[in-house]
Amino acid sequence: MRLSAKSATLIVLLALVALSPLLFPSNFYYRVGALIFVNAIAVTGIVILTGYAGQVSLGHAGFAGIGAYACALAPVHWGIHPGLALFLGAGISGVLAYLVGRPILRLHGYYLGVATLGFGILVAMILTNERALTRGPDGIDVPDLGLRGLLGDLGLSLSNGQFWYFFTGLCMIVGAWIALNLHDSPTGRALRALHGSEVAARTVGIDVAQLKLRAFVISAVYASVSGSLLALQNRFVTPDVAGFMHSIEMVTMAVLGGVGSVLGAIFGAAILTLLPQVLTVFAEYEHMVLGLVMILVMIFLREGLLPSILKKLRGKDE
Amino acid sequence: MLTVEGLRSRYGRIEVLHGIDLQVNSGEIVTVVGANGAGKTTLLRCLSGVQPVSGGTVTFRGDQITTLAAWRRPARGLTQSPEGRQIFTNLSVEENLRLGAYGFADDRVDRDMEDAFQMFPILREKRNLSAGGLSGGQQQMLAMARALMGRPSCLLLDEPSMGLAPIIVSQIFDTVRGLKDLGVTVLLVEQNAFGALKIADRGYVMETGRIIMEGAAETLIADPRIREAYLGI
Repeated sequence: MRLSAKSATLIVLLALVALSPLLFPSNFYYRVGALIFVNAIAVTGIVILTGYAGQVSLGHAGFAGIGAYACALAPVHWGIHPGLALFLGAGISGVLAYLVGRPILRLHGYYLGVATLGFGILVAMILTNERALTRGPDGIDVPDLGLRGLLGDLGLSLSNGQFWYFFTGLCMIVGAWIALNLHDSPTGRALRALHGSEVAARTVGIDVAQLKLRAFVISAVYASVSGSLLALQNRFVTPDVAGFMHSIEMVTMAVLGGVGSVLGAIFGAAILTLLPQVLTVFAEYEHMVLGLVMILVMIFLREGLLPSILKKLRGKDE
Repeated sequence: MLTVEGLRSRYGRIEVLHGIDLQVNSGEIVTVVGANGAGKTTLLRCLSGVQPVSGGTVTFRGDQITTLAAWRRPARGLTQSPEGRQIFTNLSVEENLRLGAYGFADDRVDRDMEDAFQMFPILREKRNLSAGGLSGGQQQMLAMARALMGRPSCLLLDEPSMGLAPIIVSQIFDTVRGLKDLGVTVLLVEQNAFGALKIADRGYVMETGRIIMEGAAETLIADPRIREAYLGI
């Protein structure tokens, strides 16, 4: 029996999250794993926006910033539980994406890229400059989520690293599951169709503007949740989370791994999170090697690492 | 069924349709023939709503649809197989068909897909393959099948014979002819005037953005001017 791509992806992810800790030489790797998962969540959103619908955003870190600062600010100012603040941040990001997306999603290609870039920079600037509210560039503490303590009371005691590893891993799998379901739904099909040809999509009855907006909002929520989880995990957040580099990172991870597939993009998130750790052996040449790796992947494996590798493997037995 | 009155359209400052009048009655196959650049495709793009209209009106089944958004038209019963086929090459054959029935209930879609496979058996064989891997003729069949998945009352066909081998062209024309028996009204735009007029009930001849002649298909096919200019006889 052949597994559907969806079940295969979920099984692979589940196995990786569950079994990787067996190979961890130290507790530090739980932390790296959790970072990978947090990035993977944002990147899954990029897969929906860019991989399915073919729209480019260079400003999604803006939404991550909103998610992160929601968890920092809402508990302090409104007494909202940090866990609920995650949902609040996701809601704000979604509404903002809807409002911002309506005018700018009419743009195509690099125009859209620049417009979203502007949005991201705007959010980062507000977070940096509204010192009274956000404490500016020095960053701000984030309250404890409290879930680990709760699990401890229930008799499941995990180290902080372990807790965040499994919790973010679970969130990533749920996110991937939603994205995979979307892929094969009528909405997902329509998104992939408009990626191919907007004119043809309109002639079969697809409301292109509405659908692009929907993809933009969904991916913004993914970015926001990713930002929230990062903030809750670090217990601290700075405006860098909304920074331009973070936006670029998300897109690079997705494209490097394979933006058309959820598993590929998550793979990209893993590689780009791990690679800097590995490349420390190159000391000051680290960034150069990283850049070189990225250029080579784009030249020789255009569809992204994972899809290209899978294709090569399949090509052999066909 | 479909009435076009004084239709004008422009690309930027250049007007390419200078007032087109055209009528398609229920159950007819009507063809618009003309040379390359006559404005045939622009006309069809106006009818499907992807090209803005700068003057005149389009009426479909009693409703003015001149400025109706393109994506709302299939639900009204007006679907299109666009020029250059415009199939979704990154999707599978089946997904392309399903998109033709976008917004309709699944059980209905499954039944209609079965009908499409009856009409074009090759599509059944290739249903799970990427549509981009189909040959030109198969892609044309897919484009037509996709347009039919919306259960149109009127189907707009743009150059279905374009770039295809003669044997495939005659197959495609036979299929179009067959649509008439299914009760589908067809507006067929073609450069291949002879093939189109042979299967059509009525025809219009277009030249540089104007209709220069109209009449029953057999009259046009017999007209010496048409024979010389478009049929190469």
